[in-house]
Amino acid sequence: MSAVQPGRIAAAFERCRGQGRAALVGYLTGFDPDHERGLASLIAACEAGVDVLELGVPFSDPTADGPEIQSAMVRALAAGATLEGVLALASAVRSRFAELPIVLFSYANPLLRACSRDAAGARGFCQRLRDLGVDALLVVDLPPEQASILRAPARAANLDWIGLCAPTSPPARLDKIVEAASGFVYAVSLTGVTGSALDANSHSLRSQLEDLRGRTQLPIAVGFGVREPSQVRALAPQVDGVVVGSALVKAGRSGPDPLASLVADLRAATSKG
Amino acid sequence: MADIPPDSDSPAALGDFGQFGGRYVAETLMPAVEQLAREWPLAWADEAFRADYSRILSEYVGRPSPLTPAPRLAAAIGGGQIWLKREDLNHTGAHKINNCVGQVLLARRLGKTRIIAETGAGQHGVATATVCAYFGLPCVVYMGAEDVARQALNVFRMRLLGAEVRPVQAGSATLKDAINEALRDWVANVADTHYVIGSVMGPDPYPSMVRDLQRVIGDEARAQCLDRIGSLPDAVVACVGGGSNAIGIFAAFIDDPGVQLIGVEAAGEGLDGRHAATMSRGEVGVYHGMRSLVLQDDDGQLQEAHSISAGLDYPGIGPEHAYLRERGRARYLAIDDEQALAALSLLSRTEGIIPALETAHALAALESLVAELGPKAKILVNLSGRGDKDMHTVMGRLDAESLALVERARAHSSQTKLGEGTR
Ligand SMILES: Cc1ncc(COP(=O)(O)O)c(C=O)c1O
Repeated sequence: MSAVQPGRIAAAFERCRGQGRAALVGYLTGFDPDHERGLASLIAACEAGVDVLELGVPFSDPTADGPEIQSAMVRALAAGATLEGVLALASAVRSRFAELPIVLFSYANPLLRACSRDAAGARGFCQRLRDLGVDALLVVDLPPEQASILRAPARAANLDWIGLCAPTSPPARLDKIVEAASGFVYAVSLTGVTGSALDANSHSLRSQLEDLRGRTQLPIAVGFGVREPSQVRALAPQVDGVVVGSALVKAGRSGPDPLASLVADLRAATSKG
Repeated sequence: MADIPPDSDSPAALGDFGQFGGRYVAETLMPAVEQLAREWPLAWADEAFRADYSRILSEYVGRPSPLTPAPRLAAAIGGGQIWLKREDLNHTGAHKINNCVGQVLLARRLGKTRIIAETGAGQHGVATATVCAYFGLPCVVYMGAEDVARQALNVFRMRLLGAEVRPVQAGSATLKDAINEALRDWVANVADTHYVIGSVMGPDPYPSMVRDLQRVIGDEARAQCLDRIGSLPDAVVACVGGGSNAIGIFAAFIDDPGVQLIGVEAAGEGLDGRHAATMSRGEVGVYHGMRSLVLQDDDGQLQEAHSISAGLDYPGIGPEHAYLRERGRARYLAIDDEQALAALSLLSRTEGIIPALETAHALAALESLVAELGPKAKILVNLSGRGDKDMHTVMGRLDAESLALVERARAHSSQTKLGEGTR
């Protein structure tokens, strides 16, 4: 067992709060378009100001993702991406950014498969993630009713379990989700897949976020469809973090420099003032 | 390899299939799935709902479907008493419509105003488009681009019926990718849209709901067997893609321990090549909202299935099948493309019935079953659909392999004294 370093996620949100801004949570698909260039993208984004990294595990059938992230996963798998390969990226990022929280984003099957192949089962796999420097899991197709299969071993290994709240979730479900969550709560901003068009000023989103605020002490990050600094500016005062995914993936296709400059622009828009 | 640990928190209510089943979907869909799980048992227990369902099956679908003896087929394969449950005679030509009628009735009851579906062979898409036309509901059907190409006739039928067919280019451009896209549509439009899943798969309650709606096949067939044969059959045989026609006919016989239940999946080009044999080669995984057997690689990525029949070309299987086999209540065989083609042509020539390529897999298993169970065995086969939709595919194969196939058919018919079976 390694000496566990708890709370990178909590510390990052605390740091941002101290700076009077929301955290910029940046999603990139690991291995897009291959190991080397994928690592260059991750480093560029983190250097340019991502506060929390969401590292996506490519999956053959990403049913919750829109076209941009689907294509990233196709490119990654075509380049030979494996879960082990993505974990190697996580570990490479960790060695460069000691304080940066890394959230592993995945569909359930690759993780469950890895648990079943680990000699020490799910506990062993989760502990290995922790040792590699991963801080949390975000599993899109494990709602709270089905989550214990991974959440229990993850929590035992001191990994945070990010809860996903949807605009369609009724109050009783929201309470169940935030209760099962640690690290932060991810408020899905729209009824749709990643990368859909978002009206960041809508009343329903505002009241969704207010309602959620009343249910949990955990930091709340909002995401799905956020692509521009103006949207980040509109959302930052209401939340603790703003997640940008498809837009980063798209910028990354043009190389590390355009990606870094988008991250810098988004980061500059996170101020709550 | 250690198996995936069972999910101890998951109540039995999330699918009653032992370690299989469950509701593995994105949170956005969970409320809709929970609503279905709540409302389905209420609807199914509601006499008025049941009366509508039965009336439409009778006056529109044409139920009950007949039970047809197949003596000339039996003579050609070495004996047995073969009985065919004629789902091919349903309106739209397959069992799929039984499920569509029930789910669209449920959608209306829940106030949903838009219907979406996925389709592989096009049969489920045609059936859904048909029922939507019947009720005047807008219908969008997702279909893999590969399947759009090999099922052109069904694509045209759906469009003629007023449905919008959206080809899906992603992934293998077949059934699994159509399901992915339908799920994405549902996530975005869940407020007004019902997703009519076409088989006993997906998140709970779909596997149970689709079974309940297809069970009419087995209930009718069981009564017809008692009436016509004077006994239950020794074995019930059905092809298995997602598994709905098989579960539908099995369901009525599960509590009859003397009746063997046999599912037949697609071995494609052979079990060591490209295939869709989930029962033979799949491993436990979480996919399309359910925990079941799936064809996957060591890294948990889904493998592309292959079968000559678009309706069996799927790398997963309904959780109840995985459970029935685990319990030892059903067993599963695999039949390859060539065997299915040969069975299709054999049934055509011996009985004057051109079956769907999917169904042909069940038929191709009969010869070895008769050899195993003996020439007196009474075997009930679910003739899940008719073959018109497959003529293009079959013609393509016959062009490419015309000599070989025709020769083989001739050799087969002289060997088995094809002319001898009489009605
Ligand atoms: C005629 C026919 N039989 C069988 C199937 C396979 O589906 P299932 O296994 O759900 O019965 C299909 C699917 O399209 C079909 O069209």
